Amino acid sequence: MLLIGCPYCGPRAEIEFRNGGEAHIARLADPASASDEEWTDFLFMRTNPKGVHAERWRHRHGCGRYFNVLRDTVSDKILAIYRTGEPRPDLPAATAEATGEGEHR
Amino acid sequence: MRYSIGSLVYNAVTGHRSWSRVWRDPDPKPSYDVVIIGAGGHGLATAYYLAKEHGLHNVAVVEKGWLGGGNTGRNTTVIRSNYLWDESAALYEHALKLWEGLSRELNFNLMYSPRGVVMLAHSVHDVQVVRRHIHANRLNGIDNEWLTSHQVKAFCPPINIGGIRYPIMGAALQRRGGIARHDAVAWGYARAADALGVDIIQNCEVTALNRDPGGAIAAVETTRGTIRAKKVGVVAAGHTSVIMAMADVRMPLESYPLQALVSEPVKPILPCVVMSNSVHAYISQSDRGELVIGAATDAYVSYSQAGALHVNEHTIEAICELFPAFSRLRMMRNWGGIVDLSPDRSPIIGRTPVPGLFVNCGWGTGGFKATPGSGHVFAATIARGEPHPLAAPFNLDRFRTGRLVNESAAAAVAH
Repeated sequence: MLLIGCPYCGPRAEIEFRNGGEAHIARLADPASASDEEWTDFLFMRTNPKGVHAERWRHRHGCGRYFNVLRDTVSDKILAIYRTGEPRPDLPAATAEATGEGEHR
Repeated sequence: MRYSIGSLVYNAVTGHRSWSRVWRDPDPKPSYDVVIIGAGGHGLATAYYLAKEHGLHNVAVVEKGWLGGGNTGRNTTVIRSNYLWDESAALYEHALKLWEGLSRELNFNLMYSPRGVVMLAHSVHDVQVVRRHIHANRLNGIDNEWLTSHQVKAFCPPINIGGIRYPIMGAALQRRGGIARHDAVAWGYARAADALGVDIIQNCEVTALNRDPGGAIAAVETTRGTIRAKKVGVVAAGHTSVIMAMADVRMPLESYPLQALVSEPVKPILPCVVMSNSVHAYISQSDRGELVIGAATDAYVSYSQAGALHVNEHTIEAICELFPAFSRLRMMRNWGGIVDLSPDRSPIIGRTPVPGLFVNCGWGTGGFKATPGSGHVFAATIARGEPHPLAAPFNLDRFRTGRLVNESAAAAVAH
């Protein structure tokens, strides 16, 4: 189980949260004129990376608020937590390297 | 060597010293007509049917680990075809019909055991959904029947039907459903494909997909060198997004850990497969005596092949309520596999935007049952360059046209 640091409530157990899927998927600016391809990309296509993943979490049994997390999908280690609306932070090179192959469990 | 009672007796009395190697361990050739990426059950079945039914013998299956070491060796081996929608029912029933004759065809004992799959109903809503499934299946010529709670108890004596939070109000029973031995499926297809000339190349990880100036697939870069290929089929389950990104194709997939666990072996106690979508329980007993239990997926995208313990606890709670006697069993092993979930929880089989590149993925949490059918229709799709009729509804383009095969909504859970 992950220990997730809610930016509003502090570290809490994963079961208090609901995963909200990939972060930074912007709603279509003008849905009525968007093409089928734009809709497909918005609704269905996902990055699904083996490595650093930007994702949303919602503190469902706490403050109820959404925030964003950078997590390594190989080790499940949380690398950064930032509030909704803030840009995705750049990870220091050392952090990115440390989450490489050595972190398999 | 063809296996028979004769070969078994001969080797038994000669001390098992003359069994021959079951498949070769070849180095990759410089080029193949078709390269399949992923030597799980689906990939090996694809190679087998390419050689057997389409005359394509210059085929390689490349695998980054060992064959059958991914989800083929990690699932709970349930076989059934009682899906709601016509498209799914046709595809899974095609697979089930192949299962019925597969041990004989492959000359390899897959231990396919049609012992019946029971899907429980715990509420009025469940009863309505299950009965709708039964009617839909029967209209499609697939066996499925309604059991009252007492008929469930008679069919599966260790089950507890009353006095629990979610009592059993009835169930669907597909008698032709059951289980098979997962490793044997990979080994049987590997042996049969190898005998037809297919090269199975293990410890060979794909690192890049090369395209010609026209954009078509040209070669596969691997840790064992460059392999040229006229056609490439990606059958990489949870790693499909990673492989497809090498050809700059985004996929409507997310990869999640799915866990399973087994108990200590006991004498035969559970005569069938029991599933419950509502309380989340999947359980059967293997021929070794272990109770095989399927848990849920974790909540987040991961490639870790390990899930969280609370996911297992949740399903164990449900199983102990359904089968109080099992509460005294110790669990011996648990593990995770990485499953590729598609938005409608149906597979994606067919062409991709890259000429010569084909994909067979999105089987999610329920791909084992489809192994023979999946390989069969995917081989036809690759060989002909156009979708097999049963695979056609499962094209990648459905996420643009909106013609989803929404088994996700039909089952209301991952399945």
